This record gives sequence, structure tokens and C-alpha cells, in this order.
Amino acid sequence: MNLDLITGEVLYVLIAIIAVLISSSVITFIMKKRKPTKTLDEVTLRIRSWWVMFIIFTIALIIHSTISLVFMALLCFLALKEFFSLIPFNRAHRLVLFWAYLTIPIQFFFIYIGSYGMFIIFIPVYMFLLIPIQAIIVGETKGFLHSIAAVQWGIMLMVFGLSHLAYLLVLPGKEHSVVGAGLVLFLVVLTQANDVAQFIWGKMLGKRKIIPKVSPNKTWEGFIGGVLTTTVIAVLLAPLITPFSLFSSIIAGLYIGLTGFIGDINISAVKRDLNIKDTSTAIPGHGGILDRVDSLTYTAPLFLHFTRFFYF
Amino acid sequence: MMRNILFSILVRPFILFVLGLNIRHYERLPAAGPCVIIANHNSHLDTLVLMSLFKGRSFRKVRPVAAGDYFLKNRYLGFFSTKVMNIIPIQRRITKDFRGMFRPVLESLDDDGIIILFPEGSRGEAEQLSKYKSGIYYLMRERPDIPITPVFMHGLGKALPKGSKVFVPFFVDVFIGDSFKYTDNRKVFMETLNSRMDQLQEEGHFRSW
Repeated sequence: MNLDLITGEVLYVLIAIIAVLISSSVITFIMKKRKPTKTLDEVTLRIRSWWVMFIIFTIALIIHSTISLVFMALLCFLALKEFFSLIPFNRAHRLVLFWAYLTIPIQFFFIYIGSYGMFIIFIPVYMFLLIPIQAIIVGETKGFLHSIAAVQWGIMLMVFGLSHLAYLLVLPGKEHSVVGAGLVLFLVVLTQANDVAQFIWGKMLGKRKIIPKVSPNKTWEGFIGGVLTTTVIAVLLAPLITPFSLFSSIIAGLYIGLTGFIGDINISAVKRDLNIKDTSTAIPGHGGILDRVDSLTYTAPLFLHFTRFFYF
Repeated sequence: MMRNILFSILVRPFILFVLGLNIRHYERLPAAGPCVIIANHNSHLDTLVLMSLFKGRSFRKVRPVAAGDYFLKNRYLGFFSTKVMNIIPIQRRITKDFRGMFRPVLESLDDDGIIILFPEGSRGEAEQLSKYKSGIYYLMRERPDIPITPVFMHGLGKALPKGSKVFVPFFVDVFIGDSFKYTDNRKVFMETLNSRMDQLQEEGHFRSW
């Protein structure tokens, strides 16, 4: 085991998360004792799932960087599988989906060897050009554009987008993997905190709908409250686990808050188009894996390039 | 015990990670036998998914009814079919001797068994229901008090349809219906069965594939 990844600073952040989880468990428990409601049952279920996700994620992050990569590859796979299971395809194009799944090990291999060039062009260039070829070989032209477009969109978001999370680990170079793990922690904590903060602010103050046609529960109050909360957390965490200056951490907080929101409603729009509520029932209280990583599909690539441009 | 371990190592992780199940109305699944589970049949994986719904004690009682000529055709498949899946092999030939053909199934039911049956007979076209055969009627006539639980599955015909060797991961939706019992009229019984399965299918609002 390689537990070097837990530096004192990473440990502080993990302890802080545990403290937040414990206090939210206690608060909902007390509120339920006083006045049980359906929303509270749902929230209890969600917090329980947060515990499970936090434990799995922490174990995956701190033991060894290769285990972290395998875990993130699995995450990409589960998200992509949910996406492919939702959208209708012409059944003749099954083989196209098969190749789309194979992009995951290849993409993560490029990350493992730290080849930034291949990591960044493999899906947008090579797969973009290869996927139609497989569909052409199959020979079914009915729904051709629909199938190749949906497959490309799926692997861009779920494989290319999410794998940026993994590239953060190798970004500073293998010998500085502690910094990489810190960046991953920073991004994931902020993205998820942003989701939760937008939900809570929306529940407390929400009045003016921000985008009713796509996501009727999202409000301006929730959005702005969430982004500001995320920025505050970013400023608090940045000195511990990132190389960011105060100014950069404010920008990073605002950036993650805004793009996380867009990633979330992007998947909401897909669900609305297909007339479904949750992408699956994998995580009790939350819905599917895709419902949980939707914001990350936007924040991960944008945060990586932000960090890379200014710091590495 | 051995069978449970083999199934937990070989099959359960595969179903959990590579496929993934969305189960609706899990509480309707009988916890103990004797009972008969009937389901639509689109893929070889159907049986594995249905078996994985049962855990621990009830798993030991689960026995899928399968065509002997197919599942015992070579050693490896035979090992998997008998040692891991514990199938009840029956002959698909039409005989007048229903009782003889059903004997192993009835013995298992009398021993509180949970029987998995595909009334369609064989795997149909992907994600389409073919006509249910009335073999189930003649079986239930022998044990009219045993409950029948209908299960509808969607997704496996996409993951591994008949005639394809390439497996593609897909989520599987599993809809479990309310149990019903034998009626002493073949036409009425088959209509009940059909409408129960149709209801479950409609619950899913599945797009054509």
C-alpha cells in the first residue's frame, strides 16, 4: 500500500467532510424526530448514500494512484452504460456501442502513461472518425446520423469529459501525485458541494425559476446561493490542497459553480427529452450514477484546462 | 453451498457491474417456494438475471427449467448448467406423456422449489414477445395451488440477442408482477397469463429497439 497520498492537508479536508456528513446526519435525525416528512425520508436516504460514496471515493483516492485510475475508469463505464441504456438506438448499431465501450480502457491507458497528446485527441479525433466507419460496415443507414451522433456525444461526455478527472492525477507528473490527488479532491468536493448547496438554497429561498422548461425545480436563488457557497468553500480549501492563489481560487469556485450547474441541466434536458426522471436506481435517493456525475462531465474538463493553463 | 459460492463469484459481479439491474416491485418476489416464476425470453442471460434475484436460502431452491438438448451439449456448458445453474433438463419433443415429462419439475415443486420457466419456449426476436405456449397450463394443472409470479425483463435482448456473439453492456429493467394461480380453463388461463405479461411490459414504456 502506498498511503503517502494522505498528507496532513488532505487528511484535514477528509476530516472536514466527515464532520459535515455527521452533522447533516444528526440534523436530519433530529428534524425527523420532531416532524417526520416525506422530503426528510428522501434526504436521509441521500445522506446515507453520500456516506457510501464518500467512503468508496476516499478509499479509491488514497490507496494508490493506479487504483484511483481503475476506479475512475469504472465510473466512466457505469455512466456510459446508463446513457446508452436510456437512448433509443437502431438495433443494427449494437456493434458501434461495443466499440464505444472499448474507448474507456484505451483512454485510461493514455492517461496511465501520461500521454497528454493522445489523451486529448483520441476521442475527439480518432473515435469521431472511426465510429461512422463501424456503422458503415454494419450497413444499416436507417437512424445512421442519430446513432453515430448519440454515441459520439455519449463518449465525449462520459469518457472524454469524466476522464479529465483522472488526468488531474497525472497532471503534475507522477512524482507529484500527492498534488494530483489534492486537485481531484478539490474538484469533486466543490462539484458535489455545489449540487448540494444549489439544492438547499433553492429549497430555502427558491422563487424565480431559472430554466423552467428544462428543469422546473431550479431557481435563480438556488443557483446564485450555490455558486457563492462553492466559491467560499474553494477559498477555504485551495490553500490546503491546491497550488492556487487567492484570486485563482475565487475564479475556480465561480467557474466550478457555474459549469457544474450547466452540466447538471445538460443531462436534465436529455432526461426531459426521453421523458424519464432518474437515469437508473443505482444510488438510493439520488437516482443513477449519471444523475450524480452529470455536473462533473462539465466541471472536470474545464477545471483541468484551467489548472493546466495557469499552473502546469 | 458450493453452487452459491460459484454463482456469487462467476455470475453476481457480472450482473451487478457489467449489466446492472433496475428492479421494480422487488417486494412481490416470493421469498420461499414452492412457486413458479415465468418470464419473457430474449437472451441466454435471462436465466442468470432471474436467478440472481434470489439470495441465500431461497437461492438454493431455485431451479430453471431448460432444454436438455441445448444446455448439456458439451462438457463445459454441461458443468455450468448443472453445477452452477442447477437446471432441470427437459426434452423439447412433443409427447403425450405430460406427466412423465414434468416429473422432475413436480418433484422439485413438492420440495418447496422455486421454478423458473419461459413459457415462450425459446428465445424470441430481441425485445419482442412471442406467443406463450400452453405447456405451463398442463404443468400447473398438476399443482393448481402453487402461485405463479410473472416477471418481465427488458434490455437483455439488446445486450446479447439470439444469434449474436458480441456482448454489449446494457441496463436491464426487471418488472415483477403480482402472483396468480391456475384456472381450470386453458383459454382463460392463457389469457390471464398474457394480460399479466402485457401489463408489466406496458409499465415500462419502452421505446422500440
